Amino acid sequence: MRRGISIAAISALALTMAACGSSDEAKEDTQQPAPAQSAEGDGSAVAGELTIWADDTRSSQVAELSKDFTDKFGVKVNVVQKSESDMDKEFISQVPTGKGPDLIVLAHDRLGSLVSNGVVGTVDIADKAKDFSEAALSGVTYQGQTYGVPYAIENVALVRNNQLSKAEPKSFDEMLAAGKEANVEYPFIVQMGDKGDPYHFYGFQTSFGAPVFKQDDKGSYTTELTLGGEKGEAFADWLAKKGNEKVFDPAITGEIAKQAFLDGKAAFTVTGPWNVSAFREANMDITVLPIPAAGPEAAQPFVGVQGFFPSAKTENQLLVNKFLVDYLATEEAQQKMYDLGKRVPAMPAVAAKISDPDIQGFSEAGKSGAPMPAIPEMSAVWDFWGITEVDVVTGKQQPKEAWSTMVTNIENAIKK
Amino acid sequence: MDQSTVKTKRFDRFDLSWGFWVKVALMALINALGVYGLLAAWAAESYLTLAVVLVTLIIADVIYFSRRFIPAKYLFPGLAFLLVYQVFVMGYTGFVSFTNYGTGHNSTKADAITQILAQHQKRVPGSPTINTTVVEKNDKLSLAIWDAEKKAVLVGNMQHPLTLVEGAKANDKAITEVPGYQVLKFADLVKRQQEVAGLKAPLTDDPNDGFYVTTDGTKGFLAKSDFRYDEEKDELLDTTNNVVYQPNGEGAFADPEGNTIMPGWRVPVGFANYTNMAHGSDLAWPFFNALVWSFIFAIFSVVSTFAFGLLLALVFHDKRIRGRKIYQSLFILPYAFPAFLSTLVWKGMLNTKFGFINEVLLGGAEIPWLTNGTLAKVSILGVNLWLGFPYMFLICLGALQALPEDIMEAAKIDGAGPIRTLFSVKLPLILVSTMPLLIASFAFNFNNFSLIYMLTGGGPNYPGASLPVGETDILISMVYKIAFEGGSQNYGLASALSILIFLVVGVISYFGLKRSNAMGED
Repeated sequence: MRRGISIAAISALALTMAACGSSDEAKEDTQQPAPAQSAEGDGSAVAGELTIWADDTRSSQVAELSKDFTDKFGVKVNVVQKSESDMDKEFISQVPTGKGPDLIVLAHDRLGSLVSNGVVGTVDIADKAKDFSEAALSGVTYQGQTYGVPYAIENVALVRNNQLSKAEPKSFDEMLAAGKEANVEYPFIVQMGDKGDPYHFYGFQTSFGAPVFKQDDKGSYTTELTLGGEKGEAFADWLAKKGNEKVFDPAITGEIAKQAFLDGKAAFTVTGPWNVSAFREANMDITVLPIPAAGPEAAQPFVGVQGFFPSAKTENQLLVNKFLVDYLATEEAQQKMYDLGKRVPAMPAVAAKISDPDIQGFSEAGKSGAPMPAIPEMSAVWDFWGITEVDVVTGKQQPKEAWSTMVTNIENAIKK
Repeated sequence: MDQSTVKTKRFDRFDLSWGFWVKVALMALINALGVYGLLAAWAAESYLTLAVVLVTLIIADVIYFSRRFIPAKYLFPGLAFLLVYQVFVMGYTGFVSFTNYGTGHNSTKADAITQILAQHQKRVPGSPTINTTVVEKNDKLSLAIWDAEKKAVLVGNMQHPLTLVEGAKANDKAITEVPGYQVLKFADLVKRQQEVAGLKAPLTDDPNDGFYVTTDGTKGFLAKSDFRYDEEKDELLDTTNNVVYQPNGEGAFADPEGNTIMPGWRVPVGFANYTNMAHGSDLAWPFFNALVWSFIFAIFSVVSTFAFGLLLALVFHDKRIRGRKIYQSLFILPYAFPAFLSTLVWKGMLNTKFGFINEVLLGGAEIPWLTNGTLAKVSILGVNLWLGFPYMFLICLGALQALPEDIMEAAKIDGAGPIRTLFSVKLPLILVSTMPLLIASFAFNFNNFSLIYMLTGGGPNYPGASLPVGETDILISMVYKIAFEGGSQNYGLASALSILIFLVVGVISYFGLKRSNAMGED
């Protein structure tokens, strides 16, 4: 047996060495500089690579963009696909352990929670700030500090089935009337679901003058709630009325609304570019219009800003800055991102070159829009807000009382 | 004794059969993995992991290369996995439940301070972007900047404020030469990215005058930080209004009025997460409701699926039924479908307006199956019955087939009718063999997260409730909402709830199994 042990030990050792050896080699491989030339043109190649997290719809676009970046700067990029709904939570839990990516692609409304968790790094784009639209910039700015580089703006708009109506309604009632003339099952359809959908309903709510949080004179959101009060209750009353008339219905989920519009059962719908591309693919004749006001003021849909945000603990600070400032903040890269993703570009100069009527329609509808609040307090709002909308629409609760209870609940949740 | 016999004997003793080589190969693999783990833990400076891996590896080698420890050879893999996947996870969950881990408190104090300082470091308004370069002297980095007014190059770092260097060469693109220093190229900078990113060149000795920083090594700007950290006093100073922030004992810096700056860090909070559940006013009653509903849901699910499964098994066990094989296979269908998917299908079928049940079966009756609290509970129980009965059907059928025929004969001879035979003979015998499975089924349903989450999402929420917890939320889905949903996470509280759920399921399983053992021994 003694010899048995030594043989085994030796072979084990040999195998271990082999394993270590190969893993070391692998490491060296990855650290080996990419053959391309660096931007400085000094001929020295750059070691290191970047890791970017993006969701399922954007990861292929980001991968395409990264190829271009690699060609230009010689820095390799790994794009990791993550689930849209919880990539921010994963980011928050991984960055402190030093395991997260170098960059993450997100809508800006999650920024506040990233900042208060200390996981997102700062970026200086002062020199390029003038190239971006104000809305896009405000999306990546939080408490006066810039945390990322935007590339696209996203908002919902009114979409009209041109075969059923030619109206360009300015008010909700005009739209309903025009829709009724078309004599279809739904003059107007919008997704709601049994948890409510404050995002799609926000344009109507703001037309009553009840935005969710107060904005200070610089346009940053404060934590002061403004969705209640008389104006908010007027909106709740209107919701109850329209719920009673079966204009809104929690049974209508996103899928049902999309299908009904595709089937030509609805004259108008409120939706975003993600569904419009599907309508186009089905060869529908549609027009994208601004959201009609339901109350006395203008309808302001939420505007979301898509951007690249750096990790606070990236070990590749310089490469990250190269990517964000020297590459992504150029017209060329922004144009490429538009070609890949077909969203309203964050740079007006790029947006001006676009002839796609849908994109122009969304851009027009978003001009009056309000940026989605990025403050962490926003997370306390969604659930109560949606459920209350459902309860009001179904008549489960009296609109005024429901709305004021909701405001109290949100206030309590924010205080915690 | 001649040579050959010695040889065979030796050969026997060393047992170089193929089994031995398989063992060597396996152990080599395990050792290779172990050593890799050691190196990885070393590189990550995770010394506890390193110690655990080292000890496990040594024990494994001792056990398998020795001729003794025969039982340990069988037990060791199971024990190792038990330690890693059960004991460690439970221990860690327990540890988290005593902290404030969650939104705003997810890292260490040092991280929080670094991050607060970084978040409040901003470009001085109107400060232009200038050419900079990173220079090195005795392996220490400094930042060289091009001062356009003085038309000169200044060099500085945290220890030495910016000072003029004579004889430096620069063009409008970059600083190319600084006497006494080595100018670094981009590729060299990339290797020391962290150092370069943290490089600051203060204007003067007073940090409030601002400092130059660089974002990519070649360009830089004048920046200022609104916050300063005093290491000795352990306090943060807001230089814009001279407010002092001190640690508030709850893992955050707070000013005298109690306003905190985020991010904070993780601190132990004792039993606060547990006591919150009992008398944190807004958590107590949703917790209580969810607890009661979890029990009702789990008990009713087990009883209903078992009763229905047993009934079907009794019927289709009877040999007089024609084509029972076909029926039996049909009944197993719901079991063969992934429950996840069929729950989603059920959700669609129960839609108030467009669902199959309302639209087709009930002729357009708009019954709010999933949006009315009571109906939602009924729907959940119904769907779970549909999902769960095939399993009970299968095990009851098996148990029935295993019943010895002679006992039935004896019952018949004793004059028992079919009903009496069922309740006094068959049922007790079936229960003995199925009781452990029923307990397992209870534990499973008590934590049947996917059904609740996919079917109702816990909804409908209590109208006007102060927590977005719904009427059909069981404990585990409530834990999920607290830990992951919305934007604010509270892992500490969620862990405390998980520990409680574990205790409930553990205690019930323990007594249940004990009882079923007792029944078996009778």
